[in-house]
Amino acid sequence: MSVEPLIFEKGAPGRRAATLPALDVPAEPLENLVPPHLLRQEPAPLPEVSEIEIVRHYTHLSQRNFGVDTGFYPLGSCTMKYNPKLNEDMAALPGFAALHPLQPESTVQGAIQLQYELEQYLAEIAGMARVTLQPSAGAHGELTGLMLIKAYHEHRGEGHRNLVLIPDNAHGTNPASATLAGYRAVEIKTDPATGGLDMDRLRSLLESQGKQVAAIMLTNPNTLGIFDRNAVEIARLVHEAGGQLYYDGANANAVLGITRPGDMGFDVVHFNLHKTCSTPHGGGGPGAGPIGVKEHLVPFLPGPLPAKDEQGNYYWADPGPLSIGKVRANTGNFGVLVRAYAYIRTYGPDGLLRVAQSAILNANYLRHELASDYEIAFPQVRLCQHEFVATAQRQKQESGVTANDIAKRLLDFGMYAPTIYFPLIVHEALMIEPTETETRETLDYFVKVMRQIAHEARTNPEIVKTAPHTTPVGRLDQALAARRPNLRWRPGQERTHGLGQP
Amino acid sequence: MGYIPNTPQEQQAMLEHLGLRSMEDLLEPVPEEVRLRRPLNLPPALAEPELKRLMMSMAAKNRSLDQVISFLGAGTYEHAIPSVVPHLQRRSEFVTSYTPYQPEVSQGMLQAIYEFQTMVCQLTGLDIANASLYDGATALVEAVFMALGPGGQGEVVVSTGIDPQYRRVLGTYAHARGFRVREIATENGVTSLAALEAAIGPETVAVAIQQPNFFGCIEDVKAIEPVVHRHSRTVFISVTSEPASFGLLASPAEYNADIAVGELMSFGNPMSFGGPALGFLAARERFLRLMPGRLVGQTVEEGGAKQTGYVLTLQAREQHIRRERATSNICTNQSLLAVGATIYMAALGKEGLRELATLCLHKAHYAQRQISNLPGFAPAFSSPFFDEFVIRLPVSPSRLQEHLLQYDIIGGYDLGRDYPELANHMLFCVTETRTRADIDRLVAALKEVAA
Repeated sequence: MSVEPLIFEKGAPGRRAATLPALDVPAEPLENLVPPHLLRQEPAPLPEVSEIEIVRHYTHLSQRNFGVDTGFYPLGSCTMKYNPKLNEDMAALPGFAALHPLQPESTVQGAIQLQYELEQYLAEIAGMARVTLQPSAGAHGELTGLMLIKAYHEHRGEGHRNLVLIPDNAHGTNPASATLAGYRAVEIKTDPATGGLDMDRLRSLLESQGKQVAAIMLTNPNTLGIFDRNAVEIARLVHEAGGQLYYDGANANAVLGITRPGDMGFDVVHFNLHKTCSTPHGGGGPGAGPIGVKEHLVPFLPGPLPAKDEQGNYYWADPGPLSIGKVRANTGNFGVLVRAYAYIRTYGPDGLLRVAQSAILNANYLRHELASDYEIAFPQVRLCQHEFVATAQRQKQESGVTANDIAKRLLDFGMYAPTIYFPLIVHEALMIEPTETETRETLDYFVKVMRQIAHEARTNPEIVKTAPHTTPVGRLDQALAARRPNLRWRPGQERTHGLGQP
Repeated sequence: MGYIPNTPQEQQAMLEHLGLRSMEDLLEPVPEEVRLRRPLNLPPALAEPELKRLMMSMAAKNRSLDQVISFLGAGTYEHAIPSVVPHLQRRSEFVTSYTPYQPEVSQGMLQAIYEFQTMVCQLTGLDIANASLYDGATALVEAVFMALGPGGQGEVVVSTGIDPQYRRVLGTYAHARGFRVREIATENGVTSLAALEAAIGPETVAVAIQQPNFFGCIEDVKAIEPVVHRHSRTVFISVTSEPASFGLLASPAEYNADIAVGELMSFGNPMSFGGPALGFLAARERFLRLMPGRLVGQTVEEGGAKQTGYVLTLQAREQHIRRERATSNICTNQSLLAVGATIYMAALGKEGLRELATLCLHKAHYAQRQISNLPGFAPAFSSPFFDEFVIRLPVSPSRLQEHLLQYDIIGGYDLGRDYPELANHMLFCVTETRTRADIDRLVAALKEVAA
């Protein structure tokens, strides 16, 4: 496929697409309105292109991009399920999309009502007292949750607690969020026998430093796709030491209607609505990361919270004096919340349970089928949850084919790759999450391709090591990109290589 | 059911293939003590036509900007969205993709983000920009973290001319991360130079100024900058929530800002009740290794072919590599909105951006003159302004708003909510989307209320 030039390499001086209305009011001379020294000297050199050029350019770019609508996307811990078209239409309704965040409450009753109801649904799903819909993404939810925990400890005169316990298989956002919240992350190893938290290590840490522990952050099922059966015992131990329990909801697709973080003893939970509730990931956002909390943390929530008065009118209620304050401007990623609302109402209680069951079934099916050709991490665990970790260790030993090579080879067969080299504790990890929205035929095709790649690794490893062969570009030089960062186009920059089709 | 393709019969066959009898067998790893043994207490499932009816009726309870004439800005701006933007932005290959971890099949999104980064540099005049942040408020926080450096302490000086929501967010993060924020007063609607001089010292890590500021006033950034940079290590952060101003006002680079942050949602993306928004962050080259979030870089293929391509780069700064030592915890950002803004800026173009800014400026000034001529209404400040202005009202803002709503008009923002000294003052915004007839209708309605 030929390369697509940059938009800056297209067009000609004077060309344009968007038209603006003529000025219809009397105008004073510019210098009377803005002091000349505060005027822009050089205009922003935005492209000068016509509408047809724009349409072709971004259409070409979209054709060079792989999404769930293109094919199977088994990216572990990312829950790349189908994004319903209906939900896109609902979010685009002018009554939702064309609202200013500061409009009088009387003019946005439906919008506040939607958030009021969504909060209740999420609280029920998580087993929590209340939910704030404000955090913009999972990591933002984590940080907000840790801030709540910090405010809680400070309020109780225990502001000295400065440690957050985090398993070695946790998402990278967990320790990064802990640092931002002013905490020190302490890693806890995984028990090699169970794939769960090393309970001896937890006990000894709590014994020696329990008074310093602010919280533990857990994902359950964890990133190995294993449900930690000690959840309740962990909660008991951490609570006994005075710490709080934070639930990373990245893997919540596995628990819908089956169990609830609140019932496992967690105090705070975040949702990734762009995972669990099918809102599209948009190539890296927007997401939404609402957090649910138990009753004792409610006073610390950021405000405002949606509320309803006795006459049935909806309004924004200010938080109390203990609130941590705002974590973003306005009240949340409303456009994402509309889609999540549509998703929950589409499925209802039985449907959500079916979502989780089906996701778990699809994952176990793949795990079972791949075990003939790939090593599975923690094979002694009989059943996984919504995802599992396979490894390329056998292939690497036998022929030098790595997890990265296998990922690249998968692209040749019209599928995206699993998450690779994560969790960090598994060598050559291939973390696979099929989700519930895939047919058995797609799963079987994936298995067939994975077996073929394993066969190629034995018989013709070069074809795997040099993959992909059918994508718009081959493997790219990552080292060069980091060594000589080119993060923007500049005039005079060497033209994009290729024939330069307009 | 819903979007689950496999039928219960197919699923039963899959279960049996695994040696299981039922879904219940599959759930064996979840201990009984935490199992939810009742259905979730949620409303029952709805079919597509039922759901549409329900949600359309909820949407109809709102008065959308299609149905009213709005003069609200205050951080969120109404700019016309050309049809070409949503048509391309909503192509499902963009919409349904994840963060581009596999660049060979993600070139479209990566190249679009590279173009976005370039356009943010073009708007601000600065050297580098990232792939987006949650919103303008959290972008300001990230800029402050860059100024502080890893584990850094110190004081950040911010003008009260910065959006009060942004300052509240900064305060929340300051408490958690442990740094001080000092707010300085405004005078005649702009940052007081005397207050600024008095506030900054050797321990001042950064100074943040909004341009144009929350009152719509144009700060004399050329006079502010030398004061900020008197201490060579102090980082000058500029904040812009109304990006149309980049078409006329001096760019952050022209007034020597070190980091520029702000909000780009209004360029091509629906307002959507304030979110998802689109934070941007641009900086001088020397901040490269301190940048938060995703960065897309141009590179070439490995080996022989050497075709140009794009990748996520300098990932050693990021949470999934560096974990607790990352420059930020951000992972998911606002890519799809960045794509929308990129297409919008391409459609607007070099001349269009200047025209947009000129329209906003003149329409706002026309409105300000007309309103100021009404008895009882008076401009609060005499400082120059862009497309927002503050008016002292003869009645309470809530009474005024009630009156305006009868005419399907949404008035400005009630400044008394954030600035007690500005009780009974309203911040009006007039962008290119308002016609002379709209403005005259507002003025006529205001006249009635004064009478």
